[in-house]
Amino acid sequence: MKNIDSNTHVSGTSVYLDDVPVINGTLFGAAFGSPVAHGTIRELMLEEALQIPGVVRIFTAADIPGQNEIGGIIKDEPLLADHHVHFCGMPVAFVVAHTREAARAAVKKIRVKIDPLPVITDPREAQAKGELIIPPRTFTLGDIDNAWRQCTHIFEGSVDINGQEHLYIETQGAYVIPQENNSLRIYSSTQGPTAVQRAVTSVIGLPMHRFEVIVTRLGGGFGGKEDQANTWAALCSLAAWLLKKPVKYALHRMEDMAMTGKRHPYAADFKIGLNDDYKIIAYEASFFQNAGAAADLSTAVLARTLFHCTNSYFIPNVKATGWSCRTNLPPNTAFRGFGGPQGMYVIEAAIAKAAQALQMDAAVIQKKNLIHTGQEFPYGQIAKSEALTCWEKAEALYNPDDLRKVVNSFNAANKLYKKGIAFMPVCFGISFTNTMMNNARSLVHIYSDGSVGISTGAVEMGQGVNTKILQVAAQTFAIAPERIKLNHTSTYTIANTSPSAASATADLNGKATLMACTTILERLKHVAADGLQAAPEDISIVNEQVLVKGTPSTWDWLQLITAAFRLRVNLSEHAHYRTPEIHFDEVKEKGHPFAYHVYGTAILEVTVDCLRGTYTVDTVQVVHDFGNSMNTDIDRGQIEGGIVQGIGWMTMEEVIYDRDGRLRSNALSTYKVPDIYSVPKTIAIDALQTNDDNLAIFRSKAVGEPPLMYGIGAWFALSNAIRAFHPNADIPFSTPMTPEKVLMALYSKTNQETNQHHEETISHLGIDL
Amino acid sequence: MRRVYVGYKAYLRYAGVIHIVAYPSLFISARITRTRPLFLSQEIPGQGPFPAGIDGKFSLTSEKPQLLPVLKFILNNEDVGTTLPPGMPLLDFIRYHQHLTGTKTGCNEGDCGACTILAGELLHGVLTYRSFTSCLMPLGNAHGKHIVTIEGINMLPALNTIQQAMVDNAATQCGFCTPGFVMSLAGFCLSRQAPTPENAVTAVDGNICRCTGYKSIERAAAAVAAQLVGRNNEEPAQFAAAHQLLPAYFSGIKERLKRLLLSLNGELTPPSGTTPRFMGGGTDLYVQQPEEIQEQPLRFLFGQEMLKGITREDNRCVVGAACTVNDLLASPIMRTYFPALESYVSLISSTPIRNMATIAGNFINASPIGDLTIFFLALDATIELSDGTTTRTLPLRELYKGYKQLDKRPEEYMTRCWFDLPDASTGFHFEKVSKRTHLDIASVNTAICITMKGNLIGTVRISAGGVGPVPALLTDTAAFLIGKAPSGAVIKVACAIAQSEVTPISDARGTAVYKRLLLEQLIKAHFITLFPSLQVELLL
Repeated sequence: MKNIDSNTHVSGTSVYLDDVPVINGTLFGAAFGSPVAHGTIRELMLEEALQIPGVVRIFTAADIPGQNEIGGIIKDEPLLADHHVHFCGMPVAFVVAHTREAARAAVKKIRVKIDPLPVITDPREAQAKGELIIPPRTFTLGDIDNAWRQCTHIFEGSVDINGQEHLYIETQGAYVIPQENNSLRIYSSTQGPTAVQRAVTSVIGLPMHRFEVIVTRLGGGFGGKEDQANTWAALCSLAAWLLKKPVKYALHRMEDMAMTGKRHPYAADFKIGLNDDYKIIAYEASFFQNAGAAADLSTAVLARTLFHCTNSYFIPNVKATGWSCRTNLPPNTAFRGFGGPQGMYVIEAAIAKAAQALQMDAAVIQKKNLIHTGQEFPYGQIAKSEALTCWEKAEALYNPDDLRKVVNSFNAANKLYKKGIAFMPVCFGISFTNTMMNNARSLVHIYSDGSVGISTGAVEMGQGVNTKILQVAAQTFAIAPERIKLNHTSTYTIANTSPSAASATADLNGKATLMACTTILERLKHVAADGLQAAPEDISIVNEQVLVKGTPSTWDWLQLITAAFRLRVNLSEHAHYRTPEIHFDEVKEKGHPFAYHVYGTAILEVTVDCLRGTYTVDTVQVVHDFGNSMNTDIDRGQIEGGIVQGIGWMTMEEVIYDRDGRLRSNALSTYKVPDIYSVPKTIAIDALQTNDDNLAIFRSKAVGEPPLMYGIGAWFALSNAIRAFHPNADIPFSTPMTPEKVLMALYSKTNQETNQHHEETISHLGIDL
Repeated sequence: MRRVYVGYKAYLRYAGVIHIVAYPSLFISARITRTRPLFLSQEIPGQGPFPAGIDGKFSLTSEKPQLLPVLKFILNNEDVGTTLPPGMPLLDFIRYHQHLTGTKTGCNEGDCGACTILAGELLHGVLTYRSFTSCLMPLGNAHGKHIVTIEGINMLPALNTIQQAMVDNAATQCGFCTPGFVMSLAGFCLSRQAPTPENAVTAVDGNICRCTGYKSIERAAAAVAAQLVGRNNEEPAQFAAAHQLLPAYFSGIKERLKRLLLSLNGELTPPSGTTPRFMGGGTDLYVQQPEEIQEQPLRFLFGQEMLKGITREDNRCVVGAACTVNDLLASPIMRTYFPALESYVSLISSTPIRNMATIAGNFINASPIGDLTIFFLALDATIELSDGTTTRTLPLRELYKGYKQLDKRPEEYMTRCWFDLPDASTGFHFEKVSKRTHLDIASVNTAICITMKGNLIGTVRISAGGVGPVPALLTDTAAFLIGKAPSGAVIKVACAIAQSEVTPISDARGTAVYKRLLLEQLIKAHFITLFPSLQVELLL
């Protein structure tokens, strides 16, 4: 089944935030962001801006009737800077005008005097100075201190992982329309309608029930609209509330890029120990997360880094510590993978370092150490593993030995081009790591004409969640998909929702929908049983036809609904689902946090132009653990899109802040995401079909985040290709592997020599401009 | 007005003769314009640059009978006229004045393609459609054209062939970029490109999708190309209308455009008494100064016949200032003398930008990394500037006086340029490396034009961008090379000399140390490409 939004998408008739028809009298907002990264506000000068024709009012922190606070997990984030600014682009004032142009023109006229304070952009520096969002967390397994003695080979290293701009093509925005009885209707481009509702509640100071947050769909989210849609909705709500006028703000791309957080950059140190048999005996890692100026979701992101610090591997002795470091960058936030990718990159770097030192193929170490069913993750959950099955199926299908031969002979024959390959296994846990959030509700109505309307807390952002939910209802009722409509997401219909995130939205909302549909179906079966003089358990529905003991009756769906309606049977249900089995003890850092894991293996092949430092990703060949995919079109799209996004993170997407904390990659001309020519020529996807019972909806495993991490293999394949040209190349574990880094590595003299000077200027957080 | 008219006569003296013969009607209409300044909206008392308000009412005809609509074009299936400022981005007009919300705002700098529209016009009597990014397109450049948005190709409730291919291949996820892809593919269907999957992909090379990873879009593009296989030489718009690729009204557009052109009062003219800014394709101006432009009087040079055309005069090639990158690519002269032109051009921006960006815009923008500038510097092109009354010429290499400093007065605009065509003993090559190979701005770009005398280098010019404040020729390097046989040792010395001629800085496109290394590598790439017998090992 195709995505149910396909037809409106291709005809341009799908409605996004900026397409909501604007009602008369609507005012337009624009935020003034701090021009410096850290300092004390001495004077804010608004007079000149207020002179711009069309400007209605400029709001500051002093205008906030409730709390100047929008922090989700930790209350550390003001909506508008009061006395201090903590990052470049931090909203200081909010202009509201009769036109968009006037609001933007006024923003340019605002002046602010700020006494500068020291700017920290480097997480290691923040950690050293004690600038932490929360105290460090440590996950341990086995006995790390004694484990090193069992190791024949021990390697250490450092890693520098850059962030990633979400670059949803639809920018952030909100449109707020005052309603009667001191209420607001808030259209928001958010993955978390309830998060927006809470932020507005905090700022306005009225109960949550006053605020209806409506989301029809997003033009991409990828995590960037999980928490960071709150600011714009709260600013528009503040203005709309105080002016009693509709207020809209759809951000300009450069505002969006400068003011919002990204995937967290990390610095990390690792130490890995292997025995004679290349089994990984011990692994120690320290993660320095660049959280930015406020907590946002950083603590949860850091937790997921720790949960995924051993990726698909079983390591008996592990110690992983994470520091969430406060810096003067925009608060970094959720991004597809949510900290998992950073954890996985570090273990892959450690294995690559070992393999290089031992002059062996990293794949040998990788395969030897894949986790098996019954082995324990560092956080205590026992694996139900498909890791080796995926790996071996990939070997059987894609013949990596032949591929290696082809690559070797190509490299022997070509001077200017070199190929490299890498394996990338993935193991990703599904569930919010905060157990409390793993719940969802669905409201299903059958109308008297037999049509069905469904509302859930899921937000459609292209991932196809509404299509899957519709499939759940169509399959449960055995009716045509055309009879069913998915409604927009609204906090008035479904309350207290978790954001659409963690790959879990289809599972959670799908299960709630399944429960609601099943409950109504049971009632309908009783109606049919009474009407057809049969037992309820003998009633079934197939293709809209009511069957008695498998034999078609005279009733169809419409007659059934008509009968039920006449008998005053409840044709609506509001069901609540909570994921069973999961739990986690944050004191012991042990538990069973994930409903299940998704596994997979990718083999990536790249070609480097050794003259120019440019490269292509030739093939990505994957065996992916789908469980039992309920929509192959959607799931394939998620995998292809995830892989390309992951490759983009690892190769060309370079977030550049200068030493003063100003974003230099602040537009699409300076921040490059993959285009149609830069994607792998071939992406082959094979489904590992498993029919084991799991907690996924219809056993169709979550597919949103896991494939992104196959892209990590691109970094290692490139580094292997570089070594084919220059065996002793100095290749620091620094992402992304831009053409610049490739060229510098290809022509690095010996270890450390060339790149030392280079590193001084290329640090993502302090480029010398 | 009089002054401008004289300016046009001046054009005709040197370049327009052919055009007068070929396009008398355009010329006549241009003359009429001179006597009737029509740009009036900014003269309406009490009205700012946005008289109707951003979401306010907008009348298709002027509110006041004496105020003739300045801008006229066909928008989808409707004739429209407007007195809104011609510097307003077409995207804003479409979305916020016409409330056609299928065209999306993504990046406001032509880098994502979400706002892609088609512009159809009669060129030499032939109906030609090209894709443009409407965020960088001034409303004024829509004048006299058929502007097509996603709404204009809908045949709802049915889907057209392109849309169906996108759905069939699951090539849409969040959907926000999708109308842009559909429009680019519609542009492909209306172009005269061979219906190959590769050409269909080229059509969408300016569209960014963050969801799909493009593989499904590639499959959809191939499916669209397959639908065109039977077209042969049939006019694309007629074929598309007849085969339900696009709505039936497309078959009548050619005649409507003819009538529209007859009814127009010539080109748009800036208000009298103002010093207008010159507007070409707008692709850089709207990135650099989006707000300022909208409020300024503008003179539209894009598509002006007298500023177009690529002709050969003896061994010299003359290129009109308003020629676009894709005009260069389409030129039989350029393709003959630069056999690798297509591969060079594929490194320059994207299809819609190549349809809009002019050669003069690239030169005058004075970017230190302008791709065409680097290309033509190596050819030692001469440019011609006019202030409307007098013209002067100067070598392109002398145009740049410092970072964004030009030997050009504000009232001067480029009219054309020319260069000597390479002869049999001359080799030319262009190199560019950017973070992303396509649709990106160079970290370093360079071109070489080298003429051999026997086995020795007779003359050579190497241009280099991204390594100094202006696009420059490496003159010391060239001087060293003259009279030498290209060898590994000579090239290495040349690279070392080149280092002394450049002063790159670190920025988002790379560190200075990288750009230095990259320039050397690209100089080596020039020689490796032009002299295949060179031993590569000696250069690495």
